[in-house]
Amino acid sequence: MTVHDPACEKCEELLQGYLDRDLSAAEVVIAERHLDACGYCRRRYRFEERLRRYIRVSASERMPAGLLEKLAQLREQAPGAQF
Amino acid sequence: MAGTDDALSDAGEARRIANEARERVRFEEEALDFAEQVYRVARRLVSTREEAEELVQDTYARAFRSWRSFTPGTNMRAWLLRILTNLNVDRGRKIQRTPDLQPLEEGDYYLANKLAAAEGEQTLEQDQVVERLSQNGVVDALADLPHDFRDVVVLVDIGEFSYSDAAQILDVPIGTVMSRLHRGRRILKQTLAEETLS
Repeated sequence: MTVHDPACEKCEELLQGYLDRDLSAAEVVIAERHLDACGYCRRRYRFEERLRRYIRVSASERMPAGLLEKLAQLREQAPGAQF
Repeated sequence: MAGTDDALSDAGEARRIANEARERVRFEEEALDFAEQVYRVARRLVSTREEAEELVQDTYARAFRSWRSFTPGTNMRAWLLRILTNLNVDRGRKIQRTPDLQPLEEGDYYLANKLAAAEGEQTLEQDQVVERLSQNGVVDALADLPHDFRDVVVLVDIGEFSYSDAAQILDVPIGTVMSRLHRGRRILKQTLAEETLS
């Protein structure tokens, strides 16, 4: 399903900036008014929010065991190290 | 009385050295506190765990050597990432053809629309909708992004840096960060849609 309502197109254009908190106050008002009134865009907004979290979690890998110790040892090797 | 003057300047020098040693230790400890976050970004900028580990070690070796060039009170995490992204470029990652800059036909809702068409519009409301995608698929799709786009997407969406921090780290104008981010995210969604629904 795609919608060609110009208000939805405007909302699509603003949505990433809205999620990034990068809109002007006036744009935030336009986006929020539309999201309150439009189920189609509201579902997409919620999806985008979840998608971002999913991408961040999926792509985040813990540091391998032992790396922190290796980094701490580099302190002693740096010229002028006191310890 | 030259002797007293010498003693005073020796004491001043000793104090200066002690202060500098303290500052240095404080710097090193703060830098090490960011290791997990630095690694998280590094891991997505290179292909293997080993490369990421090496890149992070090179970054810290350089940071510890040049700690004096860090201005206390400024963003150390961004400062470390600046070193890391420069080293990553210096490592001679493959030169890529500049990706064509034709506008993508698909909009920001592309992936949502594809999932809605395949699974039903109401499924977009459900918490588990994103689980249709696979975690490995996300990792692969990020790895497939052209470097310039990937750097920005990884810094902002994985590293949670602001646009302006990303601009500073990569030494590009903020408008470039925004356009690469915009396009990078769209390519990512397109890849995820193809991977998931083909």
